[in-house]
Amino acid sequence: MFFKKSPWIIHYDATSCNGCDIEVVASLTPMYDLERFGIVNTGNPKHADIFVVTGAVNESSRMVVKNIYDQMPNPKVVVAVGICATSGGVFRECYNVLGGVDKVIPVDVYVPGCAARPESIIDGIITALDILERRLVEFRKAKSEARRQEKKLRRYHLND
Amino acid sequence: MTPIDYYIHLDNIYLKAVVYVLLAPILGGLLAGVDRKISARLQGRIGPPIIQPFYDVFKLFRKEKIIVNKFQNFNVNLFFVFMVFTGSLFFLGGDLLLVIFALTLAGVFLALAGFSVNSPYCHIGAERELIQMMSYDPMIILVAVGMYQVTGTFRVDAIAMYDEPLIIYLPGVFLGYLHILTIKLRKSPFDLAMSAHAHQELVSGLKTEFSGSTLALIEIGHWYENVLLLGIIYLFFAFNSLVGLAAMLILYFFEIIIDNTYARFKWELTFKSTWLVTALFGAANIIILYYSMQP
Ligand code: SF4
Repeated sequence: MFFKKSPWIIHYDATSCNGCDIEVVASLTPMYDLERFGIVNTGNPKHADIFVVTGAVNESSRMVVKNIYDQMPNPKVVVAVGICATSGGVFRECYNVLGGVDKVIPVDVYVPGCAARPESIIDGIITALDILERRLVEFRKAKSEARRQEKKLRRYHLND
Repeated sequence: MTPIDYYIHLDNIYLKAVVYVLLAPILGGLLAGVDRKISARLQGRIGPPIIQPFYDVFKLFRKEKIIVNKFQNFNVNLFFVFMVFTGSLFFLGGDLLLVIFALTLAGVFLALAGFSVNSPYCHIGAERELIQMMSYDPMIILVAVGMYQVTGTFRVDAIAMYDEPLIIYLPGVFLGYLHILTIKLRKSPFDLAMSAHAHQELVSGLKTEFSGSTLALIEIGHWYENVLLLGIIYLFFAFNSLVGLAAMLILYFFEIIIDNTYARFKWELTFKSTWLVTALFGAANIIILYYSMQP
């Protein structure tokens, strides 16, 4: 329940044309004010819960996207903003473009539009919040399961 | 008789300690929430709810904790423990000098935590934290010395019950303290080491590598610290608890406005300006007081 109240986002520009980035930043301005939902743009993967990616990923940004995703602590969700991030858009046929963020990391919410409007970006992030809560339940289940297995191994001295 | 008077005159120190340890994080968190709300309003935004800092901290406790180095958590835990210890010493009416030393120790542990990980952002953040400590420590000690000169004691409870307003004797020391208060509250011209806002040159500075419950502990430790710092403001106005309360709130509001109107200083400017203020206002005040107090 607290994840819904305080999601922190990190925004990365995976070779977009900058149109969508400006819209992401616009949704933090006084006009749209994402912070009233407790959303903070952290700029630090270790603090973030929601990964907002824009742009059709290419070979040089692929490792960065993957790296940021791996550095984020669980539970986490990914929001792909803009039609480039969802499918590659007009750049889909380019020789060096992978065509969408979901070719590299699992994506939970797709926000279409070229460029995606701040309203739809906010809507996408709010949709991601519900998924984030579900992720928390899964994460805790996995954690308790891991702990149980560990205990079992220790009991039968299987881990040394 | 306000609750503050009542608290100062409590005789049972265990009760005092419990009240402090339980109430300080609540007050600190609310202050942080009010801070964010007022900042948002100053920028023409609606802003998060007042209890947003509590949501943040509860969320952080449920998040996965990524540990890159086991000394990292050890140091942060020590920072937290010493911060609570420092605050308790102060609010139980202990020795002001001891409070200052314990506060410095807590700061050192935070810097050590920053140095214990490999991230260069953390290292620069920790270096800047040390520079900040070097800048503000002389002034904090001058606060204690000034209060001793006027009241003849270092004990916080005796200073808090002194009937004459300390601010009349120590206006320079008070101005110097206001200057370093901005550093200690990590407000804008001096938020070099770590800052809540993204897109600064250091990612999040000192706390870049800390996640989950460790980050939450840093946050709560900071709330304890803020309450302690406001408590020191109160000592300057302790002759009347209502005036003291008003002074704390007004000065906190003043700090929020400064936070919203200043760009970040470089560390050289931070260091120079703080020592200049310390010499000009703090030391001068104490020298004048010394000669005027002589028979
Ligand atoms: S979707 Fe449109 S605006 Fe957004 S990055 Fe792609 S081309 Fe640019």
